Amino acid sequence: MNNLTVSPSPHVKGSMSTQRIMLCVLVSLLPAVIASCIIFGLRALLLILLCMAASACFEGVTRIIMKREQTITDLSAAVTGLLLALNLPVTIPFWQAIIGCFIAIVIVKQLFGGLGQNFANPAIVGRIVLMLSFTTNMTTWAIPFNWNVNENMPAGATGSIEIAGNTVFTGPTPLVTETASYKDLFLGNVGGCIGETCALALLIGGIYLIIRGIISPVTPVAFIGTVALLNLIAGNDVLYQLLSGGLILGAFFMATDYVTTPVTSLGKLIFGIGCGVITFLIRQFGSYPEGVSFSILLMNIVTPYIDAFTMTKPLGAKKIKKEAE
Amino acid sequence: MKKLGGVRLSHHKGTQDFKTVRLPLPKTVVIPMVMNMGAPCTPFVKPGDSVLVGQKIGDTDAFMSVPVHSSVSGTVKAVSDIKLANGRSCKAVTIETDGNQTVSEEVKPPVVNSKEDFVSAVKQCGLTGLGGAGFPTHIKLCPKTPVDTLVINGAECEPYITSDYREMMECPDDIIEGIRLILKWLNIPKAYIGIENNKPEAIKLLTEKVEKYPEISVYTLPSTYPQGAEKVMIYNVLGRIVGEGQLPSDQGVIVSNISTAAEIHRYIKTGMPLTERRVTVDGDIVSKPCNVIVPVGTSVREVLDFAGCDTERLKKLILGGPMMGMCGFDLEAPLGKSSNAVLAFEKISEPKETNCIRCGRCIKACPLKLMPTELEKAYHARDIKALQKLKVNLCMNCGCCTYVCPASRKLAEINQLAKALLPRT
Repeated sequence: MNNLTVSPSPHVKGSMSTQRIMLCVLVSLLPAVIASCIIFGLRALLLILLCMAASACFEGVTRIIMKREQTITDLSAAVTGLLLALNLPVTIPFWQAIIGCFIAIVIVKQLFGGLGQNFANPAIVGRIVLMLSFTTNMTTWAIPFNWNVNENMPAGATGSIEIAGNTVFTGPTPLVTETASYKDLFLGNVGGCIGETCALALLIGGIYLIIRGIISPVTPVAFIGTVALLNLIAGNDVLYQLLSGGLILGAFFMATDYVTTPVTSLGKLIFGIGCGVITFLIRQFGSYPEGVSFSILLMNIVTPYIDAFTMTKPLGAKKIKKEAE
Repeated sequence: MKKLGGVRLSHHKGTQDFKTVRLPLPKTVVIPMVMNMGAPCTPFVKPGDSVLVGQKIGDTDAFMSVPVHSSVSGTVKAVSDIKLANGRSCKAVTIETDGNQTVSEEVKPPVVNSKEDFVSAVKQCGLTGLGGAGFPTHIKLCPKTPVDTLVINGAECEPYITSDYREMMECPDDIIEGIRLILKWLNIPKAYIGIENNKPEAIKLLTEKVEKYPEISVYTLPSTYPQGAEKVMIYNVLGRIVGEGQLPSDQGVIVSNISTAAEIHRYIKTGMPLTERRVTVDGDIVSKPCNVIVPVGTSVREVLDFAGCDTERLKKLILGGPMMGMCGFDLEAPLGKSSNAVLAFEKISEPKETNCIRCGRCIKACPLKLMPTELEKAYHARDIKALQKLKVNLCMNCGCCTYVCPASRKLAEINQLAKALLPRT
């Protein structure tokens, strides 16, 4: 007689797994990766691969040191590495990018218990730490399409730096110049982090994630909608504000991180609106030109409170009477 | 009206087009004295007694129970304790069949002149819900509050199972007459038959059959699991919410399984109590999946052998549907009144549990809008107050949360464990 397996119901399981979700996110970022390589050249691809590999290594090594089960195969470290890379300028020294990965994976994620336990988005914190530590490197924006080493300074360039013997011309972010055309902003022909400039590629990826049911449209719509509304009220160029900086990347790919954002739709709505308000305030009044990553981090921190405030009401549930103290 | 959660499952209803067949009479049957929710029966018979089909062999004075009848004619071999699939043990009567299936003289149509007669007849039929939960039917028919609607559950939302579907296709008249009997004796003005839209043939057939009865309508439900859950069905058909601690009758509704309604009619007409039922036999090692009429007390092995299942390869035996059914651990265990399916699998997947990524899929999937991920945390923290606040007591163990969890966490299981932590009221 063979042994029968006895287990509690249900005895069937849906096909969705953490690994598949992460794979979907990686696939959704493919257009942005391709766009970044076209716009900023081979170094963008190297930066992406480096960050993904470094993140995976940090994840693996930390798990070994902490004597925990290996989790590289869930692909979450690869997603973090990719997102961090997309949030870096193409000219950043590689060692600094690796420090960013270390902060993201080891400090923010693994020291808090690994996937699912971190309170803040690892890629966001990685980016912010780099931003505060290496402000010049993190705010030096290469002029698009000058990776073939132009002899003449292209229009809009305000300086140049040497990378591996090549001269790369640099200029300010469109959030500062406010002179880029909508078309350039939409296609990514502006300075910025490698993954944030091409709105088209990001929108393709974002819509893919929504269609696949990986992310809820509530957060990006609330986030972008709030920024649009506040800029409208402030009399700014709404479309320009939406297309420039890291708004679309942040709204679709970072503010929708499961772990660090609210679980219910109402919570996601509040989260998105909060991000939008903070982004607008920083862009409008702050000394930083960009506020997307700070806004997401700040909202990550209040997420437990949003969650506690937006619990679902079970069907037909009776209110629990407050006990007489 | 807000849509409730739920999940879309692969239906696997491969047996739906096969006409029901009758199982050859087994050599012995083991009839448990507990086949329903409620009190166990005391067996009347002792080894050596001869019994006939439909003869009462066990009963109790408890209201929350129904009598047990012999499903075969033959000789009582033993009255012994057996272990049921849920882990409890009970007395059971082993009967060796004589092959004649002589019907007992006790079997005669009951005289029904009043609601009391009707309810007592349903009790004497030994009828319990045939949908799987096994709630004694006569208790449902004695609501303490006025009832204006009868909802007949033909959703059959679990994958694989098609026994209710075959009832609809083969005995639609019994169903309609059963419904009319309930409406008549309980003085209920309206009945809805809820059927999932993955059964268009049944919807068509029953819609035709109820045409001449304006008090009965067929209601098409979406085929998302768990449409057949009582609260979900009442909400979807009538828009009424059965509150915490309430019975459907508190909202003026009685819900009954569709095969149960048909059985009521058959009993009132013939007096033959519930001694056999239709069972779906399916699974990846069942070579002849089928719906089969099985005498109560037949062993699982008998049914699997009949359906061409190579039991040597069997790894997992499910009694009932894959979402809510229980695992069987003994092929000799008898099938009771509420066994609607026997599923035999060789391939089983046991995905590894990983960290919760707070994706919220469980919350979206929960038809009762509970928060399984939060419940799990509260359970591990043994936080009784939080469990109460999160209403773990409402969980009906439909399994949607576990089904959708990408981290393969055993959320539904945790909820059942958590319920045990709640103080008894």
